[in-house]
Amino acid sequence: MMVQQIAFVLVLITAIYFIRKRILLIRSAIRLGKESETGGNKTDRLKNMLLVAFGQKKMFKKIIPAILHLFIYVGFLVINLEVMEFVVDGIAGTHRIFAPWLGSFYSVLMNVFEFLAVAVLLACVFFLIRRNILKVPRFWSAEMTNWPRMDANLILVTEIVLMTAILTMNAADQVLQTRDSHYVATGSLFFSSFLVPIFQNTSTSVLIVIERFAWWFHIIGIFGFAVYVTYSKHLHIFLAFPNTYFANLEPKGHIKNMPVVTREVKSMLGLETTTTTGDPGRFGAKDVNDLTWTNLMAAFSCTECGRCTSECPANQTGKKLSPRKIMMDTRDRLEAVGKSMATGGAGLNDGKTLLNDYISKEEINACTSCNACVEACPVMINPLEIIIELRRYVAMEESGSPAQWNSMFQNMETSFAPWKFSAADRFNWVKD
Amino acid sequence: MTAPTLAELTAKGETPEILFWVGCAGSFDDRAKRVTKAFVKILNATHTKFAVLGNEEACTGDPARRAGNEFLFQMQAINNIQILNGYGVKKIVTACPHCFNTIKNEYPELGGTYEVIHHSTYLQQLINQGKIKLTDTNSFKGKKITYHDSCYLGRANNIYEAPREVLQALDADLVEMKRCRTTGLCCGAGGAQMFKEPEKGNKDINVDRAEEALATGATTVAVACPFCMTMMTDGVKTKEKEAEVKVKDLAELIAEAQGL
Repeated sequence: MMVQQIAFVLVLITAIYFIRKRILLIRSAIRLGKESETGGNKTDRLKNMLLVAFGQKKMFKKIIPAILHLFIYVGFLVINLEVMEFVVDGIAGTHRIFAPWLGSFYSVLMNVFEFLAVAVLLACVFFLIRRNILKVPRFWSAEMTNWPRMDANLILVTEIVLMTAILTMNAADQVLQTRDSHYVATGSLFFSSFLVPIFQNTSTSVLIVIERFAWWFHIIGIFGFAVYVTYSKHLHIFLAFPNTYFANLEPKGHIKNMPVVTREVKSMLGLETTTTTGDPGRFGAKDVNDLTWTNLMAAFSCTECGRCTSECPANQTGKKLSPRKIMMDTRDRLEAVGKSMATGGAGLNDGKTLLNDYISKEEINACTSCNACVEACPVMINPLEIIIELRRYVAMEESGSPAQWNSMFQNMETSFAPWKFSAADRFNWVKD
Repeated sequence: MTAPTLAELTAKGETPEILFWVGCAGSFDDRAKRVTKAFVKILNATHTKFAVLGNEEACTGDPARRAGNEFLFQMQAINNIQILNGYGVKKIVTACPHCFNTIKNEYPELGGTYEVIHHSTYLQQLINQGKIKLTDTNSFKGKKITYHDSCYLGRANNIYEAPREVLQALDADLVEMKRCRTTGLCCGAGGAQMFKEPEKGNKDINVDRAEEALATGATTVAVACPFCMTMMTDGVKTKEKEAEVKVKDLAELIAEAQGL
């Protein structure tokens, strides 16, 4: 037993080591972002978090994936309780340590876990079919290259394998319960009892090996998955909560003000005499460190479901813009900078920037600011904020907006209208 | 057409109930000017005490901000706010969702706080107050009308019902497009797209939307935004349906139904 305990603690420490390393890297990447004004009151923020993240409210705009996703989500939350028992058992060298404490309720709990395991398994199978056989278009659009598609499939397959391990373990365990007092009686477990006949004629020693193998496989799988999650698009399982909490509470039509510009404009118009101190910094965003930390957290929260892109009018009519790609590019850039910083590399100064090297002007110029992507996101990510910041950089730092926009700017400066009409003719409509 | 300016009223020592913010499209675009006039007719017919800014009005800056030119936006905004505050304006009604959104949501943090109402909501209020009475014999009764949601009213400001209630008051047969309300498809003009050619793609957004509107079988496509008006009208023309299907603003529909 002692050997298993030592092995378990080593596995646990290894998992914690890798997860911690990744969390620190992601945290330092997010911290590259600028301060974010979190307006509004805490109650509204909490409400958003409870309804949208915890309550999955926005998922239910598409009812079938919403229900399947709900199974996986509830399964994840509840089965984690069982993982706690696994960890305690692993360290203490015990078997089903919670059983004596919970009495007959333990059996109820195990049945609930098994029900969820089966639900998760089936949901994952459905999701694999939707992705790979039915080929739902949003999982196959341009930015869904090999890796993002593989990432999604790996997650689904891992979950199926892990759930199978739980059910196998419980089936073997149920047979062992009839032969060895070490195996605490759990009562009949509904779903795994269907597997019991497979193991009925197996020798006790082989069964012990099967049960132990499934146990180890499951727990190592969970730890491995936990490490993998930090590299994958699957981080939304944690980040959906802070992301919805810090989401914008203003009406969607509101674009964030730039107080630094207000100060300059007011002093230009002679409305404010306060002398501006210090460098105003870069206008708009060229790279990830020009965005707010909430924009950057959003990039890590994105699970690449593509609901934004499938609602985007530009994308639907064949333009290059994809709001999902805006988030994926922001994250890819952050990963590159983060890794470089962690290894003492050039970090942000590697000669690349989010604009141009990751996101092209053609993409940001195609946006109609219609907010369809913002409305669609189940975890309240706002790709439009990033697009506007990039446009601000192009317009104000590079004067590189499309020629027709530059003409529009000129018209507005000279005739106070986006078109080339004389300001003196503005009220002529009353005469015709 | 009579539309008093705020300067005239102020000189007479009078204060209007509302300021009608006409907007650049409503002032210069020929098609949108007809909407402006229809709305003024309604205001006059309902004896609403209103004023316009006339030549003192300037672009709100919406397209500049959305195209990334924050300096230009704030120049426009702060100048407008000075004029509005100078007159002590309290309540603004506008027929443009972009002006509406900008003045309502973006001017307050620059020093301009007003009650801002889009004309769809204002028309609904006039109907509810009984100031606009529509007879059972109005020309839209029973006609198929579809409503195109403007992004800057709908998703941007959660105004989905007021325009529809106005249409229901016409006793028309309101038919919805597949993509409506929160999933309504943009006409393609927002975010300063109105002022440039679209990026390369395989279709124009307004054509896609016009096809969807035509598929409802409606003979009238109701809009509540001058940019949507341009885009939908062009889309319907592209499909060569302009003889059978008319694109009209809510104000025009109400004015027409009242015989104004």
